[in-house]
Amino acid sequence: MGWLFVGPFGVVFLAFLIAPLAYALYLSLFQKKLIGGTSFVLFDNYVKAFTDPSFLSGAWFVIRFSLVSIPVQIIIALALALILDSVTTLFARFSRLMIFLPYAIPTVIGAVMWGFLYSRGFGPLTDIFGLFGATAPDFLSSDLIFYGLLNVVTWQWAGYYMIILYAALQGVDPTLYEAARMDGAGRWQIATRIKIPLIAPALILILVFSVIGTLQFFNEPQILRYLAAGTIGSDFTPNMYAYQQAFSLANFNYGSAISFALGGIVFICVYAFLFFTRKRRSFL
Amino acid sequence: MKRRRILATVAMLAAGTGLVACSSDEGGSDASNCTNTITKQNVPVVTMWGWYPNTQLVVDNFNKQHDDVQVCWTNVGQGGDEYDKFQTAISAGTGAPDVIMVEADRIPTFQIQGALVDIKQYGYDAVKANYSEGAWKDVSVGDAVYGVPVDGGPMGMIYRKDIFDKYKITPPKTWAEYEQAAQKVKDAGGPLFGDFGANVPAVLMALQIQKGATPFTSDPAQPNAIGVKLNDQASKDVLDYWGGLAKKGLVGTQNQFTPEYISGVINGNYATYISAAWAPGYLTGAGVGKGQDTGKFAVAPLPQWDSANPVQVNWGGSAFSVTKQAKKPELAAKVAYGLYADKESLTDGWTNQIIFPLNLTALKDPAFVDLKVAFFGGQQANKEVYVPAADAYQGVQYAPFGQYYLDAMEKQVSEVIKGSITGSQAADRLQEDVAKYAKEQGFTVQ
Repeated sequence: MGWLFVGPFGVVFLAFLIAPLAYALYLSLFQKKLIGGTSFVLFDNYVKAFTDPSFLSGAWFVIRFSLVSIPVQIIIALALALILDSVTTLFARFSRLMIFLPYAIPTVIGAVMWGFLYSRGFGPLTDIFGLFGATAPDFLSSDLIFYGLLNVVTWQWAGYYMIILYAALQGVDPTLYEAARMDGAGRWQIATRIKIPLIAPALILILVFSVIGTLQFFNEPQILRYLAAGTIGSDFTPNMYAYQQAFSLANFNYGSAISFALGGIVFICVYAFLFFTRKRRSFL
Repeated sequence: MKRRRILATVAMLAAGTGLVACSSDEGGSDASNCTNTITKQNVPVVTMWGWYPNTQLVVDNFNKQHDDVQVCWTNVGQGGDEYDKFQTAISAGTGAPDVIMVEADRIPTFQIQGALVDIKQYGYDAVKANYSEGAWKDVSVGDAVYGVPVDGGPMGMIYRKDIFDKYKITPPKTWAEYEQAAQKVKDAGGPLFGDFGANVPAVLMALQIQKGATPFTSDPAQPNAIGVKLNDQASKDVLDYWGGLAKKGLVGTQNQFTPEYISGVINGNYATYISAAWAPGYLTGAGVGKGQDTGKFAVAPLPQWDSANPVQVNWGGSAFSVTKQAKKPELAAKVAYGLYADKESLTDGWTNQIIFPLNLTALKDPAFVDLKVAFFGGQQANKEVYVPAADAYQGVQYAPFGQYYLDAMEKQVSEVIKGSITGSQAADRLQEDVAKYAKEQGFTVQ
């Protein structure tokens, strides 16, 4: 009888997740050449991926990017959540909505908008820097693209993480604060000794989300590529590289192998992270 | 000025997001997905993908004139967007249209995968005389014909008359003169002379061919062998030349077709724009050459390396091909031959500067040749520049892995622009990269 209830989900799960994954895995074991057709090569594509400078440099970029962007996003989200949790004015509600709003904007639109804001020819930066007689930095140049993307990603996601943390904070029993105050704890102590430890599971949840999301970085660079071609190549991130291989070069086999290799990296990173935080992972 | 600039920007961004929006559509082949309305019922329908700005009119013209077949048109995106979708449909074995608009340099890529139909048996003889030999060569592989030529992209040098007058220079006839003129303008505190963009590798390829490079050679009898010669002296010279201009600050290094670049063209930040015959239509569409700018642009022949032996080259240009997935290839070929080949469609195309026609009925039409082009302030651009350039064009052998080659070139050119390598080094790296790819793909590289 139980199977009947699980059935519909099971069918969808198999048809739209397991089957495509299995097919991609199957594809990744073959090689198709323009001349000579398709042949079974077992793990050759994986060997190629892990010696392919394009894949490795892309992977190295997203790892570096994660190491910087995730802490930045989480710290901002946490600070905002704590501030909004301790003030209860109309302004706080308004701010909460405004900080969350970027998340409601599709990443594609967000990236196009930032491409405009970064533009040196007619973006607002030129005018703002011009007021001080300075030249606006070019966030789409190869030197600054890291920070350009960091800003876009933080703007997009910090508000979303903030809402998750804020919701977790709302779930904390207020009597704890009262007890802490009676023991002489100040606001700072309440925040660091009570609030943060109590929402640790939510923090771990958003960390896992952001590790997975950042390693699969695709939308923003793919859109900004139109404005920053040259700075952002087709192999800028592993996901973009897989897309290029599969859809513009018709190399679905190697594209699948890259996707699986990336999946492996994501799995290892998430597993390592959960392993080191295992005491607190009640949320997952 | 400022307001117009912003409007143009907004329009460009809207166009950009439009492309993005298009790319999420599935290019379905059933008639209910047509962008155009088919009025004649109970007639076989041929599906078609294309992105000319006036496709709607062209398709309507065709449908009006035919009672035995109707065209169902979908715009699935411009250039790479369309090719990516077609590529996916080829791999999937389903989802491609019957007829597809393809640029000549991509025909070998799709042909080698067996995705296109040789249309020689389906009415080639009837229209053969309508196009020049060079036009047919660009859409053929060996003896087989894989497309019907529509437009070409003979190149010229578009320039700002006001800037040339102000700094007292005349249109350079050679690339040496081009550099001298650029230096003169720079020394006098003038704007950049041109642009060396990483995202237009096809232009650099054309300029290398102008210098005498032959990037790819192949023999239809031996389809498994390909000659790859991307680092010969001519290619190195051209990349070093443009890398040098950029390093000296004589030309900009903006990506072309971006709002940033277009606003630069509008503002007169570039004295010249090395481009093809279709560029005026593209520029006016983006708001260039209107209002205060009216009549500021003119065109001169492309500068030469050796003015005694001029070489004309081509950028862009496209054709209609019939795909292997077409259920009725004969009917599809009829559409490919007939679409954008009637007088009304062609005339609209060249009067609005959307295409540079390859159909001789238009090309030899005095009205076309003598046209006073409004964008160029009434200059007879076709007669003076583009028709001679098109007549002298010899045709090019393109690579069967065009997308990879252009991506790889973009990568190396962006390194040159950054200043991390020289043009010669870029050519050597490109040779190594592309030859390796060709071998991986099973070719014997010569």
